[in-house]
Amino acid sequence: MEYIIIIISAIFVNNIVLSQFLGICPFLGVSKKVSTAVGMTGAVTFVMVLATIVTYLIQKFVLDPFDIGFMQTITFILVIASLVQMVEIMLKKVSPSLYQALGVFLPLITTNCAVLGVAIMVIQKNYNLMESVVFSAATAIGFGLALVLFAGLREHLDLVKIPKGMQGTPIALITAGLLAMAFMGFAGIV
Amino acid sequence: MSQLNNFTKGFIKENPVFVLLLGMCPTLGVTTSAVNGLGMGLATTFVLVMSNLAISLVANLIPDKVRIPGFIIIIASFVTMVDMSMAAYLPSLHESLGLFIPLIVVNCIVLGRAESYASKNKAMPSIIDGLGMGLGFAFALTLLGGTRELLGSGKFFNFAIFDEGYGMLIFVLAPGAFLALGYIIAIINKLRKA
Repeated sequence: MEYIIIIISAIFVNNIVLSQFLGICPFLGVSKKVSTAVGMTGAVTFVMVLATIVTYLIQKFVLDPFDIGFMQTITFILVIASLVQMVEIMLKKVSPSLYQALGVFLPLITTNCAVLGVAIMVIQKNYNLMESVVFSAATAIGFGLALVLFAGLREHLDLVKIPKGMQGTPIALITAGLLAMAFMGFAGIV
Repeated sequence: MSQLNNFTKGFIKENPVFVLLLGMCPTLGVTTSAVNGLGMGLATTFVLVMSNLAISLVANLIPDKVRIPGFIIIIASFVTMVDMSMAAYLPSLHESLGLFIPLIVVNCIVLGRAESYASKNKAMPSIIDGLGMGLGFAFALTLLGGTRELLGSGKFFNFAIFDEGYGMLIFVLAPGAFLALGYIIAIINKLRKA
């Protein structure tokens, strides 16, 4: 039951993009086509869950026992950066087809603040390891949901005539605002 | 380019938020009020100036292949400093900015300036570049925060302009961030072309 609440809350109520404002750069950057949005979601899910597990273990077994919590930011970002690099190298060897699908998105993920954000959030929320995994996976799904919905909307936006000043970013942001408004309807479920 | 140009380019012509569209997460996340926007902007400015300075000094010593991780460590150290001093001296601001302080590390503006400017230039121009870009970022955040605060709760820098009952609550909630920024960028696009 506890896990279900975490999942629903992370996907709908506290959606990482639309209500926490993390991972906006890929949200605006790679959301022009549904297919790239799906690829990005896959890569983010993979890295986010892996990074959360590794940073969680480092926090509990290195930072906490030695009382060096102030090193959190530096450690986590380094772990995430090297993890992304490692995943990229391993994927290239082990599964070239998966690498083909996700490869181009991987380098972008290091600067995706959602990954570092989730890693820090699970520590702040005092989750245990299992809850952290569930939370990070659900957050990644929420990210993917927002991204795919938004990409679908933007594909249709290409077909309509938009006033000149509003073209490009402004209309994309306003569309995102309307999407965020729709997601506000989930508030109060949990 | 003269130093003055170097300094002022961050405000309008190459404004990181309105024109380059960098650092959108803190831009949208913390700007529920003008004070929050200004606080975040100044924190980022500090990190930008210090990391630009440090990177311009050591860029030649770092091997090219580990350049980016090296830059990230430098940036992360300054972010940790900001985080801890804010927690000590400005606890209420620290509380309301929350998660977004450590996330300055992954703010694309900081790494972007380090990579594209500070690593190729001397210390003095790098400081000016960081200061200009940082203040441009702070300006954008304050403008967005002020707009949202005014429309959402009828206040500006916590100073009541009109009665709270007239405020449109949506502007201090999540969707208002996207809407306000969208319209501000549309206005700026219009002005830039005119």
